[in-house]
Amino acid sequence: MTHFAITGPEFHQAFWTIAVAAVCSVSCALLGCFLLLKRMSMMGDALGHGVLPGIAVAVLLTGQVTSFTILAGAMVFGLLTAVLAEMLSSTEGVSEDAGLGVVYTSLFALGVVLLSSFLRYVDLDLNCVFLGLLEVVPINTEIYFGWEIPQAFPTMLVTLLLTLAFLGFFWKELTIVAFDPALAQSMGFSPRVVNYLLIALIAGSTVSAFEAVGLILVLSVLIAPAATAHLLTDRLAPMLGLAALFAFSASVLGYLLRNLGGYSLDISGMIAVVLGAQFALVVLFAPRHGLVAKWWRNLQLSLRIAEEDILATLYRAEEAGVTVYSLALKEHGLSPWVVSFAHRKLLRLGLVNADTRGLPILTEAGRRLAQYVVRSHRLWETYAGAVLEIPADHVHSAAALVEHYIGPQLQEEIAATLKQPPTDPHGKSIPPSDK
Amino acid sequence: MSEWLTYNSLIVLQGVTLLGACSGVIGCFAVLRRRSLVGDALAHSSLPGVCAAYLIVGEKHFSAMLLGAFIAGLLGITIMAILKRYTRIKEDAAIALILSTFFGAGIVLRSIIQQTEGSGRAGLDSFIFGKTAGMIDDDANLITALSVATLAIVALCYKEFKLVAFDAEFAQVQGWPSRLLDFALMLLLLGSVVIGLPAVGILLMAAMLIIPAAAARFWTHRLSYMLLISAGFGMGAGILGTFLSATEGMPTGPCIILVCALFFFASLLFAPKRGVIARLLARRRDQLTLRAQMESGEGPTS
Repeated sequence: MTHFAITGPEFHQAFWTIAVAAVCSVSCALLGCFLLLKRMSMMGDALGHGVLPGIAVAVLLTGQVTSFTILAGAMVFGLLTAVLAEMLSSTEGVSEDAGLGVVYTSLFALGVVLLSSFLRYVDLDLNCVFLGLLEVVPINTEIYFGWEIPQAFPTMLVTLLLTLAFLGFFWKELTIVAFDPALAQSMGFSPRVVNYLLIALIAGSTVSAFEAVGLILVLSVLIAPAATAHLLTDRLAPMLGLAALFAFSASVLGYLLRNLGGYSLDISGMIAVVLGAQFALVVLFAPRHGLVAKWWRNLQLSLRIAEEDILATLYRAEEAGVTVYSLALKEHGLSPWVVSFAHRKLLRLGLVNADTRGLPILTEAGRRLAQYVVRSHRLWETYAGAVLEIPADHVHSAAALVEHYIGPQLQEEIAATLKQPPTDPHGKSIPPSDK
Repeated sequence: MSEWLTYNSLIVLQGVTLLGACSGVIGCFAVLRRRSLVGDALAHSSLPGVCAAYLIVGEKHFSAMLLGAFIAGLLGITIMAILKRYTRIKEDAAIALILSTFFGAGIVLRSIIQQTEGSGRAGLDSFIFGKTAGMIDDDANLITALSVATLAIVALCYKEFKLVAFDAEFAQVQGWPSRLLDFALMLLLLGSVVIGLPAVGILLMAAMLIIPAAAARFWTHRLSYMLLISAGFGMGAGILGTFLSATEGMPTGPCIILVCALFFFASLLFAPKRGVIARLLARRRDQLTLRAQMESGEGPTS
């Protein structure tokens, strides 16, 4: 591209492709948050499939592809999918997932057969319905109020505005229904009515999006942004905001990456892939719920436990007057490399030293810390024996775990409760507190 | 009719019949394990595998495409398990994520294939919508062999699978390798999805697993009968659907599934004891008995 013009066909194509993709994916993403929270994600898939006969009937009646008739037909069949699935699931012997599965696949098969047998002469490409044809959307334009706008756009915009209005009006109700349907019922408004309103809107968004992303990838814009946002926040309003943002960024990136590797790639497929990649990145790197963060926290914890176990082992050896030849600590369930890492860290911090033979011994500072750990351990053994009346031969293994989680305050309180005992149930002396 | 019964079409029919039996049987376990929608995710997630196999081999190679589907499905199962085990993403969302992302990737790969030389698109689209017409007898023989193998495994491990399908925890306590058996069931589910893809298609493969099993559930309480009835529905739908699609010139998948749906609807209405009509009659009979008792002054016997 030699220059960037904000007019002309190239800009028109880019602007409207992104606008169309963004408007319908944002409205789907907002509604998808509630599906995700209500654990009804597959209802999104069911609606995407179940609305097909509605589209077929509407096209059959009007002979047009883009119209509010299709929207109405799809909403009717979307609700029908949900109602039939609920009726079937309440039948004895049909589980919820099977009921849903039977309904939407049957309706979808019906839709395909209707479309392929009656609509051969209508300008409706089956591939376009299933897979979306975002590339073509900006080409079919009409003049509205003196502006050249893609035919499909007004319906999509209306759906987005309806979605926003719905969220604004029913915010409180939606929140309660999403998190506590029983409370909603007891407060006097029916979770089912809110549910069905939500389902009707999702069916509407699904069908207004089908030209852009296709019926199957609608599921992607419904669930992927919501799931990504769910990993980043625990609050509903920020979750909706983030989901909308992810849907928007995927629309833009999906368009920009359409010529990756020199091919002209399917843009709606690319949007789904970008949404998946965003999700994967967040699953890995989210600050609190991400896999890397969890792994890091676990590593920190096992490192601390290994350090404390090494110090305590050396302390006990010193007490018994024996030499520690190896710090394998196999019986502590820690992996060897965590232990050796912890050992090196203790050496670096000056808590452990090597004697003339190169074997580990405690330094003065290390001994003080070791005393603290062993004090926790033996106090807990005493407490378990004296107060909880656990036999002396059963108290050690629990204490070996609990010692790592007893803070200074708890330690003092246990000591005070037991009136500062001098020895534990095994007769070993309990080290004094530092203070 | 006579031009129908060529050697090739008989072989194809045999393949479709056996894959119907296979998905009927495996579908029962999936439905009982509350895993019906996992089948949908597996079917959709196979598309990138099919496309990648096409791109790597460079032509429409039937068994390579099935292998690609299997590998992609395996990847999907693994990611689903990781998401469920290690993140706050719930199972339903994990299924939806895998289904849509993998399918999107498949669509992108498909758009690459459409721009390369050769007639890739026709071969691929038969995987999406299902098509038996273009199948040669080698393909059908492969489907037959895989179906027989799947059914044989189920027959061999029937007792173990039955235990895991109804009460995995109990199986674990009894000392069975419950997780291994569960994984084996998952692999068989993937296997039957892959076998069914060429005939039924990605979009509707899940129905082939769910509907016959859900229909069979109306007729019996016993697993052995349920498996047989479900297999029967699957076979019947396979045969009738293939005929319908060939005579009406429509995609095979939707035709097979519509026949399945018909079986389901009939079962829902007419099954003895659990069908809707039987239940309405039973309720009416109870009402009449109650009224007769009230009128004769006896009152309801408890």
